[in-house]
This record gives sequence, C-alpha cells and structure tokens, in this order.
Amino acid sequence: MNNFVLLPIIIPFFFGMVLMFGQKSLRFQRGGAMFGLILAFISAVSLLFTVKNEGVQKITFGGWPEPFGITMVSDMVSALLVTTTLLLAIFIVWYSFSSIGTAREHFYYYPAIMMIITGVNGAFTTGDIFNMFVFFEVLLMASYVLIVLGGTRAQLAGSIKYILINVISSALFVIAIAYLYAIIGTLNMADISVKIAEINQPAIITVIAVLFLMVFGLKAAIFPLYFWLPTSYAAAPPPVLALFGALLTKVGVYAIMRTYTLFFIHDTAYTHELLLWLSVFTILAGCIGALAYFDVKQIIIYNIVIAVGVILFGVAQMNETGLQGAMFYLIHDMIIKAALFMLVGIIVYKTGTTNLRKMGGLMKSSPTLGWFYLIAAFGLAGIPPLSGFVGKLLIAKGGFEAGNTWSSLFVLATSLLVLLSVIRIFIYAFWGEEKPVQPILTNAETTKLFIPTAIVIIISIAYGVGAEYLTPFMSDAGRLLADPSIYVDAVLKGE
Amino acid sequence: MKTNDVIIQFTAKIVFFIIFFFAIHIFLAGHYTPGGGFVGGLLASSAIVLLVLAFDINTVRTIIPVTYTTLTACGLIIALATASFPMLLGDPFFTHYFDYFTLPLIGKTSLHTAMLFDTGVFLVVVGVTMTIIQTIGEDE
Repeated sequence: MNNFVLLPIIIPFFFGMVLMFGQKSLRFQRGGAMFGLILAFISAVSLLFTVKNEGVQKITFGGWPEPFGITMVSDMVSALLVTTTLLLAIFIVWYSFSSIGTAREHFYYYPAIMMIITGVNGAFTTGDIFNMFVFFEVLLMASYVLIVLGGTRAQLAGSIKYILINVISSALFVIAIAYLYAIIGTLNMADISVKIAEINQPAIITVIAVLFLMVFGLKAAIFPLYFWLPTSYAAAPPPVLALFGALLTKVGVYAIMRTYTLFFIHDTAYTHELLLWLSVFTILAGCIGALAYFDVKQIIIYNIVIAVGVILFGVAQMNETGLQGAMFYLIHDMIIKAALFMLVGIIVYKTGTTNLRKMGGLMKSSPTLGWFYLIAAFGLAGIPPLSGFVGKLLIAKGGFEAGNTWSSLFVLATSLLVLLSVIRIFIYAFWGEEKPVQPILTNAETTKLFIPTAIVIIISIAYGVGAEYLTPFMSDAGRLLADPSIYVDAVLKGE
Repeated sequence: MKTNDVIIQFTAKIVFFIIFFFAIHIFLAGHYTPGGGFVGGLLASSAIVLLVLAFDINTVRTIIPVTYTTLTACGLIIALATASFPMLLGDPFFTHYFDYFTLPLIGKTSLHTAMLFDTGVFLVVVGVTMTIIQTIGEDE
C-alpha cells in the first residue's frame, strides 16, 4: 500500500478544480497551472525512483482486498510515462502563455489541460480495466473541450469527427470489457492475466483480444483506423496540437502494449502476428501520408501514425529486447513529437500559413529556429546519437531475434522516408528565397515561444546522448512487459 | 404577445418545494437504500428547471444567485477532499469511516463519511445540469 502512487493524478485534478475559480485573473490561471504541474512532476520523479529502488508500487482504494477493490499500480512502464507526460505538459503550458490567446485562457483552458493530464496519468497508472475506461473518458472529455475551444470553423468541423469517433470507440470499449467480464469474471488487470492463463486463452478470448485491438487502435490511430486523425488534429491550435500529438495517441499505444503483454499472451501466433502486420501497414500508410502533403501540420501528424506503427512493431515481437526498444521509442516519440509540433507552430505563427509552397527563406530571418528544427528532424529519424536511435535499434534487434527479418529491415528502411518527410519542411521553409508572409505573432512573441521549444529539444538530445543512464530504467520496463508474472505477483501477492 | 401563465407559476412555486424536499430525502436515503447524490442532484436540478420553465432564466437567476460552474468546482473539491482525507491518516485513498451517534430529536443515527462525498456529487450534478440547461436556454 502506497498512497504516493496517486499524487501525480490527484495534484493536477486538484489544481484543475481550483483553476475553475478566478477565470478573470490571467496571473492566477497561468501561475496555478504551472505550479500544479511542477508539483506533480516532482512527485512523479520521486515515485519513479521509489519504483526503481523498491519495485512495483500499488494502492487499492478503500483498503479492499486485491481483486475486488480498484487497484492503482505504478510499475516502471507507467512511472516513466507519467513522468514524461508531466514534464512535457510543463513546457506545453509555458508555450501556451504567449500563443493560445487570452480569450481561450479566460475560458477554462487551463482547467481543461489539468483534467487531460489527470486522465492521461490515470490511464497510465490504473490496474483495473474498467477504471482505465473511466480515465479514458476523463481525458476525452477534457480533449473535447480543448479541441472545440475557440469555436473557429475548422475547429468545429474537426471536432465533430473527433467526438463521433471517440464516442463510438468508447462504446466498443465498454462492450469489450463486458465480454471479457462475462467470461473471466474479474476486472482487476493482474487477476485477468491469471484467469486467462488458467483457462489457457480459448478462441473466444482471442476474439476479445482483437476487439480490444480495434478499440485501442481507434484511439492510437493504427492502420486502417487512423482516418480520423489528420483532419481532427489539424483543427486544433498549435499548443493543443502539441499536447494531443505528444500524449493522446500514446495512451492508446500504452493500452495495446499493456493488454497485449499482460492478458493475451497465449495465442501469439495469431494476435501478435496480426499486430505485426497491422503495425507494418501503419508505418506504410503513415509514410505515404507524410510524403504526400505540403501542409506542415499534416506532415508531422502523419509522422505520429508512423511512430505508432514502429512502437507496436516492437510490442509485436514479444521479446525483452523488442519491448525495451518499444519503451525507449515511446518516450522518445512523446518528447520529439511535442518538440516538432511546437516548432511547426512557431513556423506557422511566423509565416501565417501551413502551406509549404508559400514559405521560404526562414533561415535568413531566424537561423537558430532552423538549426533546432534540423536537430529535431534528425532526432525523429533516429540518427545517432540523437534520441530516436536507441529505440529503433532495439526494436529492429528484437525483430531479428524473433525471426522477423524482412519486416525489421522494412522498419529500418522507413526511417529514410521519415527523414525525407521532415527534411522537406526544412528545405521548403528554411531554404530558398524569402517569400512575402503575414505573421500572426510578432518576432518578440515567437522568441518567447522558442524558449520552451528549445528546452524540449535539448531534453530530447539529452535523452539520446544519455541513453546509457536511462538503460537501467528501460530494461526494468522491458523485463516487466516481457514477464507478466512480475506485475501479477506485485499486485496479488504484495503486502 | 403576453401569455397568461398564472396557473403554472402558482403551481411551480408549490411543486418546487415538494420536488426539492424529495430530492433531499432521496439524497439522504442513499448508501443503504436506493438513492444518493447523483439522483438527488438530478431531482434538485429538475426542480430548478421547473422554475425556469414557469418564470424565465433571469428571474430564476435572481432567486438563486449561484454561479453553477463555481458550484461544480466546489462539489469536486468536497468529493476529492473526502476521498483524500484518509491519506493524511495513513489509510488507503477512498477509505470511508462511519460510526453510530445519538443525536438530539433524531435519536441513534449512523453518520458516514460517504455522505460528505455524496454531497460533492450532489453539487456537481446540480452544477453541471444547470450549466448545460442555461447554456442551451440562453441561446435565443
């Protein structure tokens, strides 16, 4: 029992409620949001080290015995994700200060951010499958607010699609949980793992596994369920886009990762083979989209789809190397996507357009932005020693170990397409002749945006260069995912 | 055109209290018997909606001068405070306490911290329902 597990969830929740008061005072709103996130981040870091030193931490609400109460479990996987989430949220909120606009800031922008963080951290931490649904709803409700806030024409068109698709997938989620409960008779995730192992995963459980893959696949945007992502995300203003791109699809990826390493592990010849092929097609579809568009937002959005494919390819290998690689790549992708969306936001604010053909010559007016963009682009493609390298290396190694030689080579080869897609932004926007632009924000304002962006890119460089220091954490996470008994024992047999 | 709504206004004034006290009854009946903060809150907001129908939003706003979003936030804080209070005592989150007390007039009663949590839920439900109805109703 350790109540500490809950702090990274409760603190943003509490500040979200407090910030519902005093919508008039910008200083209170901004200060409160920042203070709350920093406080939550400190608690998440100390939780991370507790998990590292003392193993999996858990708390069951109301002191009920284990499979009956709602358990919250903080293992290495969730502690790492929670810490990264809060770290990125701090910089995205900082970025919002001078970009989101005071009209939105006066209308529940910061409470919505805090609620979305509550939901994301809750979904990462929960050890109960129905409770995971509840936290998904919390983060979705807040994301509906954020995507529609401002009420511009594009936002309304994008949010209708977003809300509809998420309502459908949430309904499917409850149905899938109901099917699982009807067969297994428990909702505690560790207990589900044990019960499925006892009955040796009959065919009906495999069907439910595919249903779960559909539900989480809709949220994570895998092939062929990613169709809603580009239009909905493109509607959001840059800071919100950075938050969504860095966090929301990753919750779906985490859910697939968790269910496919903890529950459905007895018929991998079917389920994980399916996941493998879907992830390969996801990467392919993402690459086609990323290369086809001349819209900077769309290019990076399709790169989310590619990254989701790469991470799930690592999960599909179902060996320790592949899973460790998936963890490495998941955290890398959260950081680098936040950085890229923030950079692209600055480019859009500077040029007043998202169309690459109308940009050019930014290198003359803002060289630092250009070089930082180049670093972020190299990091995304995984050029050593930047952050994407280690994850992709381990994922490919896991693929070779599992005997999936050709698909692993394919994943490696697509790195070149990823690099090409983001370098196109560099070539079109930064090189060439300067073109007439209608800047949305002044230079002084975009400089303010650049500070948090630069820090996130420096963090991503540190993540790549300092991979050696992170390896103990990542190998713990990989071992935990590869061997469900660690998780199960910690939840069911712990004190 | 001026409509004649004397009857509905007169009835609403009386029925409002009947519904509201029934809401309180349902709210207090919760925990051991069917009821609780959620249905209680819905009933209470239906009583307020009846007033809105009989009179109009601005009149009701002067009768009940509450900002409903603030009410929601207060409810959430009460609920969270009740749930996290056990953490200070070293018990797991959401642990509830109860005991029997002999109160004047009522006699032996069980008091349960779950009721405090339900008070939060009650306020949240009233706050959210009324915010939704006001937002739709104002749009003329």
